Amino acid sequence: MTEGLESTEVVSPVARLQGAATGDRIFRTLLTIAALAIPTLLGFLVYELWSGSRPAIAKFGTDFLTTSTWDPVADQFGALPLIFGTLLSSLIALVIAVPLSIGVAIFLTEFAPGPLRRPIGFIVELLAAIPSVVYGLWGIFFLIPLLRSSLFPFLRDTLGFLPLFQGTIYGNSMLAAGIILAIMIMPYIMSVTREVLASVPGSQREAALALGATRWEAAWTAVVPYARSGIVGAIILGLGRALGETMAVTMLIGNRHEIVASLFAPGYTMAAAIANEFTEASTDMHFAALAYVALVLFGVTVVVNALARLLIWKVSKGRASGGAGL
Amino acid sequence: MSRPALLVGLTLAVVACGGGENPPAGQPSSTPTPAAGSALTGAGATFPDPIYKRWFLEYNRKTGVQINYQSIGSGGGIKQFTEGTVDFGATDGPMKEDQLAAVQGNVLHIPTVMGAVVLTYNLAAAGPTQLKLDGPTIADIFLGKITKWNDRRLVAANPGVSLPNQDIIVVHRSDGSGTSYIFTDYLSKISPEWKTKVGNANSVNWPAGLGGKGNEGVTQQVKQSDGAIGYVELIYAISNQLSYAQVKNSTGAFIVPSLASVTAAAASATFAPDTDFRVSITDAPGADAYPISSFTWLLVKPDMADEANGKSLKGYLDWMVTDEAQQMAAELHYAPLPAPVVALVKERINALKAAGKPIA
Repeated sequence: MTEGLESTEVVSPVARLQGAATGDRIFRTLLTIAALAIPTLLGFLVYELWSGSRPAIAKFGTDFLTTSTWDPVADQFGALPLIFGTLLSSLIALVIAVPLSIGVAIFLTEFAPGPLRRPIGFIVELLAAIPSVVYGLWGIFFLIPLLRSSLFPFLRDTLGFLPLFQGTIYGNSMLAAGIILAIMIMPYIMSVTREVLASVPGSQREAALALGATRWEAAWTAVVPYARSGIVGAIILGLGRALGETMAVTMLIGNRHEIVASLFAPGYTMAAAIANEFTEASTDMHFAALAYVALVLFGVTVVVNALARLLIWKVSKGRASGGAGL
Repeated sequence: MSRPALLVGLTLAVVACGGGENPPAGQPSSTPTPAAGSALTGAGATFPDPIYKRWFLEYNRKTGVQINYQSIGSGGGIKQFTEGTVDFGATDGPMKEDQLAAVQGNVLHIPTVMGAVVLTYNLAAAGPTQLKLDGPTIADIFLGKITKWNDRRLVAANPGVSLPNQDIIVVHRSDGSGTSYIFTDYLSKISPEWKTKVGNANSVNWPAGLGGKGNEGVTQQVKQSDGAIGYVELIYAISNQLSYAQVKNSTGAFIVPSLASVTAAAASATFAPDTDFRVSITDAPGADAYPISSFTWLLVKPDMADEANGKSLKGYLDWMVTDEAQQMAAELHYAPLPAPVVALVKERINALKAAGKPIA
C-alpha cells in the first residue's frame, strides 16, 4: 500500500484522488473483513456445538435440562446438576466478591491516603494475572485445609439450623468453589468499579459535602449512585468470568453430579464437566452430551449477558429519575 | 556455474549426505528419501505415557527412528486410530465390539506393560498396619452401602486393627480414565450389583463419594481427609508413598500390590493361541495374583498401508518386547510382561504386514 502512495505523489491530483480512493477501498474491505470475522467465528462456534450435540439433542431434547442422571455406561445424560452448580457457584462468588470489591474500590477512590491508592490497587489487579490452575493448587493445599478446620465447622455450629450448612464436611465443595471464584473475580469487579468511581465528577462530591454530608454520606449517596450502571457492568464482567471458570473450580468443587441443599456437599459445573470428561468420552453419545452441555453453557452466558444489558439499561434510566431526588 | 550457485549446490550435497530427516527444499521430489517413514505418530493413554516416552527416546537414540506420542487419553487414542490420523493408538481399556466394527476389525491389540490400581486410604486410627479388603467389601464401599469404618465386614477382615466409628469418605476419579476402567472392570466381576447398577467404563455414574481430577486430585482428597478411601495407579501410590490396602484375590489370599504380584496376574491368565489380547486380567486365578491388574495396549493395523512406516513400526515393536526394553519398564515401576505373553506377542508382531506383504 505504501508503494501505491509513493507512486501517486508525482501524478496529477485527479489520479492522486483515485489512488487514495483505492487505498480507502482496500482499507475499508480489510476492516469489514475484520469486523465480520467475529460474528462468523461465533456462527461457526455455535454451528459446531450444535452439530456436535445433535445426537444428544435428538435423544434427550429438553429433558436434558431438567433431569439429573449422568450415566456414561447406559448413555443416559441429564445436565440439571451441572446447570444448577454453575449458577450456584457463581452466585456464591458474587455474594462474597461484590461487597468486598466495591468496598475496596470506594476505599481506594474516596478514603485511601494518596500513597496507598496505587499499591493496593496494583496488588488487587495482580490477582487477575494469576493463572487459574495456580488458584486451584493454592485452593487444594491452603484454602481447603483452612476451610475444613475453621470456617466450615464454625458455619455448621452457628448456622447449622439452615439446610445450607449441614452434613458431612468434605472440604471440596460448592462453597469452596464459590470462595475461590470470589477471589478470582474480585480484581475485575474492583478495578472496573474503581475506574467508574474515579470518573464521577468532583462536583458531585463537593455538592454533597457542601450540603453538610459526611465523607461517608457523600460517597454513598452522591458518588456510588452516580456510578451505578458502571458498577453493574463491573459485576456482570465478574459474573461472566465466574460462569466460565473451569480449572480452579474442577479442582475444588468435588465433581459430583447431584443437587444437594448443603453447600458443604460436592457439586459440579458445566465447564468442569466438559474439562473432566471430554478427553476420555468413549461413546459418541457421551461426546454429544458434552457438546450439548457446551451449547447450554453458551446459552446461559448469552441469557445472563442479555439480562445484564437489561439491568444496566434499567439502572441508568433509574438514575435519570432518581437523580432528580438528590 | 557462478560461485553462489556452486555454494548452494555444495550445501545441498552436504545436507543430503547428512541424512537429515527433512529433505532439503531444493531436492527433486522424485528422489527416494531414505528418511521417509522414520517419523511415526501415536496417540492415546496417559497411564503408560512415562514409559512410552522413555522407550521412544531410547529407540530413537538407537535407530534414529522418531516416534511422536501424544498422551491425550485412551478414548482419544481409539478415536484417532479409528480415523487413521495416527500410525498407532494406545489404550488402557480394550476396544469394544462397536469400536472394532468401526475399523472393520482391522486392529491388533499389543500388550506393552501392565499396571494396577490400588486402594489408598487415610485412617489415622488404624495405625501403620496395611488394611485388608476383599472385593465385595470394596464394591459395597463404592456403592455407598458400607458407610462406616467399623462395619463388621471390615472388622472381620482386619483382626487386631482398631477401626473407628467414622464415616468413610469415598473418592473417585472425576475425569474419564483408564484407571477407572480397570477398577470398575474388577468391581463388575466381583459384584453383580455393581455390574447392573454402575457398569464398567472410563467414566461411570458413581453412586457415592466425590470426584478428584487425575491421580493427584484423588490423592489430595484422600491425604487431606481422615477417613477417606480412593483408588489410584500403583505407580502413583509408590512414588508418592501413599498407604494402600492389600486386596483379597480369587484364591482367598490377601495380596500386596507390587510389580511381582501384577506380573503374576498376567502370568496366571490363560491365552488362547489365537487370542486378540483383549483380555481382562482383573480377578486373575493365580495364587499370587493381585486382582486389580491390567494390560495397557498399543493399537496397530495388522496390515499397514505405508510400507516404510510399517517397517519402522514393526522394528520398534520387536525392540519393545526385548528384555532390555521390558527391564526399563520395571525401573519406572511398570510391571513387565510375563514370558509366555512375550512369546505370543512376538508371534503376532511377526505376522504384521505392510501393503499386503509380510514385513521383512
